[in-house]
Amino acid sequence: MNHNDPNAKMAGQEDPEKLGPELREALGDFKLSVDAWSEAMISRPREAKAPVRANWNAVTKWALGCAVFAGTVSSGVYQNHKQVEAAKVEAARIAEQQREMEAARVAKVNEEDLMANIDSDVARQVPSALQPLASLMTDDEAQGN
Amino acid sequence: MIKATAEEVAAQEFESIVASHRPQIFRFLLASTRDVDLAETLTQDCFLKAHRNWASFRGESSAMTWLMRIAINLQKDHWRNRRIQFWRLTRTNAVDLDEASDWLPSGERSVEQRMLAREKVAKVWRSVENLSERQRTVFLLRFVEEMDLKEIAAATGMGEGTVKAHLSRALGRVRREFGETQ
Repeated sequence: MNHNDPNAKMAGQEDPEKLGPELREALGDFKLSVDAWSEAMISRPREAKAPVRANWNAVTKWALGCAVFAGTVSSGVYQNHKQVEAAKVEAARIAEQQREMEAARVAKVNEEDLMANIDSDVARQVPSALQPLASLMTDDEAQGN
Repeated sequence: MIKATAEEVAAQEFESIVASHRPQIFRFLLASTRDVDLAETLTQDCFLKAHRNWASFRGESSAMTWLMRIAINLQKDHWRNRRIQFWRLTRTNAVDLDEASDWLPSGERSVEQRMLAREKVAKVWRSVENLSERQRTVFLLRFVEEMDLKEIAAATGMGEGTVKAHLSRALGRVRREFGETQ
């Protein structure tokens, strides 16, 4: 292949490659330069290098940062969750207490009504037909002694 | 016994492939990466991969095109992995453009001519640096490896039209660097 004349091979193949003389020369020199560099590098003895170790410092920093971030976020979420749960329990307890108080109040009202009914029944006046018998009773008997 | 002989033949065949194509593969990878160590490593990986898949090479394309395709894919994988491993400190051994331009045989040129040629080569390197990955690959295959459009299409897996379009854009950029109008 003609290294100095890239146009020689591509002639007639593609329009964009119709190169001006300066560009053609530059591309030829570019190829020569890459060839020379490559030949020099491929024949050089390769240095034995220690295997590239992973950058553990950076990895550790990232891992630590992620752990701290995750810890902060999760502890915040956990605290919030705990508070919400406590608030729910407290609300349930108050609601239960109120229900109990309400039930007690209703029961008390019912009892008072019952007692009032009994009192009214007991306190009924003796019918007039029994008045003569009532007058026969001594004061002591009347008092139940 | 016969099997052993067939294996020996295949091994010898592969050895001759390595001997004849290694410089070209290395040159392409060196021009693509400007990193000697990386180019050597990728060249080794390329032939290792080729050796593993040598039995499956059916000769539909030339061995060179097949090897070049492996090299291009390895290079792509390398840069993709480099992008994914963003936490790694970017330590590249790529030589700078001026140093890359120093490799120019003196020939029969005067000192002044050599200086001018060196400047022009540096301009081409600068243009190559600014090309997209695909444009760079196509440009280097065309002007360093001197492959024709069909061979480039086979090596890159692109259609010939796409190759032509990439080449046209790449040349446009080089022309702009040289102050030429298209």
